[in-house]
Amino acid sequence: MPSQPTTALLRREVVDANEAVARVAHLLSEVIAIYPITPASAMGEYADEWSARGHTNLWGVVPEVMEMQSEAGAAATLHGAVLRGALATTFTASQGLLLMLPEMFKIAGELTPTVIHVAARSIATHALSIFGDHSDVMAARTTGFAMLGSPSVHDAADMAVIAHMATLSTRVPFLHFFDGFRTSHELNTVSLPSREQIRVLIDDELIHAHRGRGLDPDRPMLRGSAQNPDVFFQAREACTPFHAAVPEAVQAAMDRFATVTGRRYSLVEYHGAPDAERVVVLMGSGLGAVREAVDAINASGSGERVGVVGIRLYRPFPAAQLLAALPPSTRTVVVLDRTKEPGAPFEPLHLDVLASLWHSDNSHWVAGDKPRVIGGRYGLSSKEFTPAMVKAVFDEAASPLPRNPFTVGIHDDVSHTSLTWDPAWRTDHAKVRAVFYGLGADGTVGANKNTAKIIGANTDLHVQAYFVYDSKKSGSTTISHVRVDERPIDSSYLIDEATFLGIHQWNFFDRLDVLHLAARGATVLLNSPYPAEQVWDRLPVEVQQQVFDNDLQLYAVNAAAVARDAGLGGRINTVMQACFFGLAGVLPTEEALRELKGAIEHSYGARGEAVVERNVAAVDKSLENLHRVPIGSTVTATTRRRAVVAADAPDFVQRVTARMLAGEGDLLPVSALPPDGAFVTGTAQYEKRTIATEIPIWEADLCIDCGKCAIVCPHAAIRMKVYEPAALEGIGDTMKSKTFRSRDVPGMHLTIQVAPDDCTGCGVCVQACPAHDKSEVKRKSINMRPIAEHLDDERVAWDAFLAVQEADPAQWDPASVKTSQLRQPLFEFSGACAGCGETPYIKLLTQLFGDHLMIANATGCSSIFGGNLPTTPYTVNSEGRGPAWANSLFEDNAEFGLGIRLGFEAQRRTALALVDRMRSVLDTALGADAVDALLAGIEDQGELGIRAQRDRVAGLKAVVADRPDADAVALLELSDTLVRKSTWIVGGDGWAYDIGAGGLDHVLGSGRNVNVLVLDTEVYSNTGGQASKATPRGAVAKFAAGGKGSMKKDLGLEAMSYGDVYVARVALGSSDIQTVKALLEADAWPGVSLVIAYSTCIAHGFDMSQSMTQQKLAVQSGHWPLYRYRPGGDSDAQPFQLDSADPSVPYGDFASSEARFSMLARSNPDRSRELVALAQQDVDNRWSYYRQLADVHRAAPGHAADAMIADEDDE
Amino acid sequence: MSDLSTTYLGLTLRSPLVASAGPHTGNPAMWQRLEDAGAGAIVLPSLFEEEIEHDAFTREQAYDNVADRFGEASSFLPSLDLPDVGPSRSLTLVEQARDRLSIPVIASLNGTSPGGWVRYAKHLADAGAHAIELNLYDSVVDPGITAADAERRYAELVEEVKAEISIPLAVKLSPWFTALGNFAERLQTAGADGLVLFNRLFQPDIDLDTLEVVPRLSLSTSAEVRLPLHWIANLFGTVRCSLAASSGVHDGADALKLLLAGADVVMSTSALLQHGPEHLRVIERFIHDWMMERDYDSVNQLRGSVSRGNVPDPQVYERANYYQVIHSWHPMGHR
Repeated sequence: MPSQPTTALLRREVVDANEAVARVAHLLSEVIAIYPITPASAMGEYADEWSARGHTNLWGVVPEVMEMQSEAGAAATLHGAVLRGALATTFTASQGLLLMLPEMFKIAGELTPTVIHVAARSIATHALSIFGDHSDVMAARTTGFAMLGSPSVHDAADMAVIAHMATLSTRVPFLHFFDGFRTSHELNTVSLPSREQIRVLIDDELIHAHRGRGLDPDRPMLRGSAQNPDVFFQAREACTPFHAAVPEAVQAAMDRFATVTGRRYSLVEYHGAPDAERVVVLMGSGLGAVREAVDAINASGSGERVGVVGIRLYRPFPAAQLLAALPPSTRTVVVLDRTKEPGAPFEPLHLDVLASLWHSDNSHWVAGDKPRVIGGRYGLSSKEFTPAMVKAVFDEAASPLPRNPFTVGIHDDVSHTSLTWDPAWRTDHAKVRAVFYGLGADGTVGANKNTAKIIGANTDLHVQAYFVYDSKKSGSTTISHVRVDERPIDSSYLIDEATFLGIHQWNFFDRLDVLHLAARGATVLLNSPYPAEQVWDRLPVEVQQQVFDNDLQLYAVNAAAVARDAGLGGRINTVMQACFFGLAGVLPTEEALRELKGAIEHSYGARGEAVVERNVAAVDKSLENLHRVPIGSTVTATTRRRAVVAADAPDFVQRVTARMLAGEGDLLPVSALPPDGAFVTGTAQYEKRTIATEIPIWEADLCIDCGKCAIVCPHAAIRMKVYEPAALEGIGDTMKSKTFRSRDVPGMHLTIQVAPDDCTGCGVCVQACPAHDKSEVKRKSINMRPIAEHLDDERVAWDAFLAVQEADPAQWDPASVKTSQLRQPLFEFSGACAGCGETPYIKLLTQLFGDHLMIANATGCSSIFGGNLPTTPYTVNSEGRGPAWANSLFEDNAEFGLGIRLGFEAQRRTALALVDRMRSVLDTALGADAVDALLAGIEDQGELGIRAQRDRVAGLKAVVADRPDADAVALLELSDTLVRKSTWIVGGDGWAYDIGAGGLDHVLGSGRNVNVLVLDTEVYSNTGGQASKATPRGAVAKFAAGGKGSMKKDLGLEAMSYGDVYVARVALGSSDIQTVKALLEADAWPGVSLVIAYSTCIAHGFDMSQSMTQQKLAVQSGHWPLYRYRPGGDSDAQPFQLDSADPSVPYGDFASSEARFSMLARSNPDRSRELVALAQQDVDNRWSYYRQLADVHRAAPGHAADAMIADEDDE
Repeated sequence: MSDLSTTYLGLTLRSPLVASAGPHTGNPAMWQRLEDAGAGAIVLPSLFEEEIEHDAFTREQAYDNVADRFGEASSFLPSLDLPDVGPSRSLTLVEQARDRLSIPVIASLNGTSPGGWVRYAKHLADAGAHAIELNLYDSVVDPGITAADAERRYAELVEEVKAEISIPLAVKLSPWFTALGNFAERLQTAGADGLVLFNRLFQPDIDLDTLEVVPRLSLSTSAEVRLPLHWIANLFGTVRCSLAASSGVHDGADALKLLLAGADVVMSTSALLQHGPEHLRVIERFIHDWMMERDYDSVNQLRGSVSRGNVPDPQVYERANYYQVIHSWHPMGHR
C-alpha cells in the first residue's frame, strides 16, 4: 500500500499517555475487554465512554467494550476474541498483568496478534503500591509476547500504533508498556497520530490474514490440543522464526510510521557523544532524565564523554541493534533496571545486555575488548529519578571498582548499595517551572490540567503537567508540577526548583514546608484570608526566613472571598488560575484571561450559564484582588510551624512516621523501614490533620444517651464514654458531662466528645442525632459549629476525655447501639472520605470483637484507608490488644482469610495436643478441673467469657513458662490460641461480587468458622467508580456509561443456597440495632457467616452528610431489604427473617435522589425510565420472593448448635 | 352558537378557557387533547430557575467536587453526553408545543435571581412562546423588606423583563398584597400586559413523626374561586391590562362567574387533572348553554358585567361582603 505523508493532519494536543494510547487502541479494535486497575483504569474508561457515545473504530464500527470480572477474565475474553479472528485489546497493570499471564502464554503460543497496553506499576510484595516501575512487565517477559516500551507520552501514542502494526505483520502478540503515573498520568504537548494517518498505516491484507486464521465452523480447525513428549518440544520450536522476525518487522513499522508522520523511531536509540566512554542503558520514562544529564555532562567542559541507550523493543531482545547503537569507544555500560529480582545475579535488563555484549566480537570495540558492564536499580514505585542521580551513576561508572549492582535514589544503610548524589546538580531549564499546593477538594489539580490545555491550545509553547497526591481520601493534599518551555519537555522528574509557587491553602504553612522548592527570586502566590499588608506578620518564622534567604516575591489574594462573592462557594480554582496567569507571564495577561474565559465556557458550559457567569466574574475580580505582599525588613515572626507529631508519640512514629508526614519520606534510610512490611498499628492518632471547617458540638442537656452519633461516625471522631463521677475530679469543666441513664448501672456519668483535629466535618452525626430541643427543633443534641470558635476548648476537652478511665466493657451486653458505642473503637481517624459509608461498619466490628479480631482485607478502599502509610487507623486498647490486619490481594481475599483461620486452627490443635501431652504436669499444677475448664473454654464468647479464658491461659503460661522442655516452650508460644479469635474477611463489592467471587464461593462452602463482611458500595469505589456486578440496574458507572441494564447480583441468596451459611443484609442508616445484632450473630455462628453491608459512597453522587438518610431511603424503597438468614435448629426452623418493613417509597424517588441514577435521566431519559421501571419490578419481585422465603422451613445441614442471639430486646 | 372568543394579552383566543401550568400541559401527549377539548391557549409548566440551579449543583457534587482528589480516581461517574444544565427542556417544550398546536402557547417562568428572570424570559421568547407568564412566587419573610420595597422590586423586574422581550407579558401574583389595586396599576405601568390571579403559594406541612417541614400540594377546590373572583371584579375597569382568573375553576359555573366578574380568560389545572382534558368541553358546554338560555351573543358581552363597577352596589365587593358573609354562616347542625 502506498504511504503518503499526511503531516498536514498533525494537531497538537495536551493529553496524558492513558488517553493517547486509548485513542489508538479504540480505533484499532473490535473487542475491548477491560477491568479496572490503577494506573491503567483510565484507558478502559475512555474506551467505554467513547463506545457509549458511538465513536467508531477505523472501520466505522463501534468497538464492543466489555468489563469482565477480573483481569484473568479480560485476558480470556481477549484470547477468545483474537482466536476467532477479531481485533481485540485490553489495558492493565501490576497484579492485573500477572492475572493475564496464563492467557498470554496461550495467545503467544498460538501466534495470535493482539496488543495489551500496560501502564507499568509495581507488583505488590512487602506492600502494595499503585506507582510505577517495571516489576509487572518484567514478570511477563517469558510469555512469548513481544514487548515494546515507551519512554514518554508522545512515544506512547506512537508506539501504540507501531505495536498494532507489528503484531499484525508478525503474528506475535505485543505488550506495549509505559511508566505508570509518570507517563500514564503526565499531561504533555503531543501531536497524536490521526485517524487518517493510522488508516494509511494499517494494512488490510494483514487483517484479512488474521481473520482467515480465525476459529470458524465453516473452516473448522482445532486449537489448544494436548501434546505428548513425542512432539511438544518440536512444536514449541516451530514458532522461533516468527519471534526472530520481530525486531526487523518492528523497525519496518517504525520506518513506515516515519514516512507518514515524520516521526522517526528505532528499536534502540542512542543519545550522547559519538565517542562516549560510559553509556547508560535503560528503558522507560527515566530516559528523559538521563538524556538531560548526558547533555549537561558532555557540555560541561570536563572532557567527559557519555551517552545513553534507550531500549524501546525489549522482547525479542534486540542484541544486534544494541551493539550497533553503542559507540565502539564504550568502556563501561551501566544498565539501569526499574525492578528488583531478589536472588538474581542481576536484574533482567542487565542480564540481557550482559549476554548481548558477551557474544560481541572483541574487534567491534575500539579498545579491542568488550566493555565492562555494571548495573543498578532505580525508580521503584515511582521513586524520583533525577539528572543528579544519573550524574552519580556516571561518576560511579568512572570508578575503577564500582558498586555492582548498586541502587540510586535511596540511602541504603543496610546493604550499602546506594550511590550518593548531589541534589544541587540540576539540568532543568524549563522557562516556567510552577508548583501548586492544593487540597483535593479545592479544584487545584483540575485548574492546572486546564491551564496546561490552555497553553497547549493557544501557544507554540510546550507544556507538561504532573500531579502528586497524598494517600488520603479526605482532606488530601495535592501538588501540581507544571513546566512551560519553548522546547519539548521530557524532564521526567518533579520540579525541585520552582520559578512559581502557588500556595492554595493558608494552613499548609502550619504543617508543610511549602517553600522549600522555591528557586531564588521565585514568585509565590498565596491564597490568604488576610489582606496583603497583614500577610507578613502572619507568616511563621521558617517561612519568613525562606523568603529572605531566597529573595521570594510574595503575592496574596483572598481567593476564598473572591470565589464566595462570585457565588462559587469554596471552589477557589478559577481565582488562583487567573492569578497564576496574571503573574507567571506565560501569556500576555489580557490574552491569558480571554483564553481562560474561553476554557471556562468549555469546561462549565454544561453546568449552565449561571455557573459560567460566576466563574467569569471570578476571573474579572481575581486580579483586582491580587496584591504584592510588603516584606518586612527582618524575621519578626514568633510562631513556628506546628510539630508534625506530638512530643509523646512513640519512637517509631517520631523517627519514621513523622518524616513521612512531613513529606520527607524520601530521605528515610533503608534501615528505618521494616524488611518484611510489618508495621505497628495505632499511628493515625498522631497525625492531627484538622481538616474540618465545622465540627459537631455536644449539647449535654438534650442528649438521650442513644449512641447514634457515635455509631455512624465514619472516623471514630465522636466518642462516647461512661464513667464513675469521680473521674471528673480534677478536670473542672473542661469536658462536658451528664448523668448516664441506665437501670443496670446507675450513678454513672456520660460524655460525648468530638476529636476536633480528627473530625472531617462530614455532619453525618448531626443527621443521625434524634434528640431535638423541644422548643427549637433545629437545635439537636449535637450540632455543627465553626471549628475556629471551638477548636481550643475541644482540644482540651478531648485530652480530658482520653484521660478518663473507661467503664469496664464487661458491665454491658454489647447487643445494643448504646452499649456497643461504650466500647473503644480500635479503628480510628482513617483517611476515608468524609461521610464514608464503609468505615462505620469496620469501626463497629472493632468495637465488638477488636481485641481478638483477625482481619483479611481485600484490596480496595478499605485496604487503602485501612493500611496506606504514613499512618494507619487500626489501633490497640490499653492492654495492647487490637485487630491484626493483613491485605493480600484483590482477588484472593476470601481464601487468604480462610488460610489465616486454618493456620490459627492448626496452631490451636497443636496447642491442644501439647496440653494433652502435658496433662499430668498441668493437672498437678492447676488442678484437673481447671484444665478441663481451660479446654472447655476455647470458644467462649463475650467480654466475660474471653476474659475468663484469658485468665485460665495465664495460669497455664505460668506453669509452662519455667519449664525447659520442648513441649513447654511450644505450648507457651501457642497458648494464646486457646482463647477465641474472630476471623473476619472484609472487602468491597468489586472483590466479593466479581474478582474474588470464585474464592468467596469456595469459602462460603467450606463450613469453617470465618466471617465475611462485604462493604457494598455497588461500584468499584477505590479505582473511581467502575461498575461491578453489585451495581444496580439503572445506575451509570464507569464501564456502564449507558446505565447498567442488568440486575444486581443477589449475593445473599447465593450464600443461602448452602443452607449452613449465616447471611445478613444490613444498612446502618436504616437499622443500627439490626446491624449490631447481625455482626454479633455472624461472629457467634460457628460456621461461615456473610454480612452484606450497604455502604454509601461519594461515587453515588449525593451530599455525603446525608449518608445515613440515604441508606434509610434505600431500605424504604425496597432497594436494600434488611434480613437475617440464621441457619440452625430442626426442620421446623424458619431461618429467614425479614428485618425491614414493606417498601414504602417508590424506587424512582430513591433513584432520583442520587446522581448515579439521575444523570442517566438527563443523558438518556427514555432508557432511564425503562430501567427505573424494571428496577421497580425487581424490587417488587424480590420483596415478594423474600416474603415467601420467610415462611420456608429448613434445617441447616451439619450444624447442630444454634448460636444465635435472642431477639426479645429488639429496639 | 355563541361567540366564545376573547382577547388575552393582545392574543385572540377562540375560547376563554385556558389550560394553566401543570403536569398535563407539560406532557406533549396531552396537548392535542387539550386543543381538541376546546382550550383557548395553554400555559406550559414553569421553568424554575431554582431547578436549573439544583441541576447544576447536583452535577457539581457528582463531578467537579470529587474530581482529581486522589491518585487512583480522577472522577467517579462517566462523563456522559449530558444536555447542558439550563432551560433546554423547557425551551424544547415551547418549540414542540408551538409546532404542534394551533392555539397560543404561553411559557411560564419562575426565577430566583434578577439576571435569571431576564435571561430565561428571553430564552423562552426566542424559543417561540406567544407570551410569557412571570410567576412571582416568593414569600417575603425578611422583616427588613417593606411591602413597598417588595412591590418596587417586582415592578422593576417586570420592567427589566419587558425591555428584553417583544412578546406579551403576563404576571401571575399571589393574593397577599395589601393594596393590590395600586400594585396592579404599577405592574401595568411597568409593562405587564396582563395579570393572572392568583398563584397558590407553597404551603408547607409538618411531619409529626420527624418534626420536619414537608411540602404538600393539594388540588384546588371550587371554594377557592372566590378570591380571584373578588379581585377580578374589583380590578375590572380600573386596569387596562388583561385579567386571567386562576385557582379553583372546576366547573362551568366557576368559569362563568369569573367571566362575569371581568376575567378575560379563566385557567384551570386541578379539574383537568382530575377529569382529563375533555373536562374543558363540559365547562364550555355549560357556559354555552347558559349564554344561549339567556340570549348572550358573546363572551365579550357578558365579561365584567357583574364587576364592581357594573353592579348596583359596589360595596358588595368591598367590606360589606365580608360582613354579610360572617353573619350568614352557621355552625353545622345549628342552622
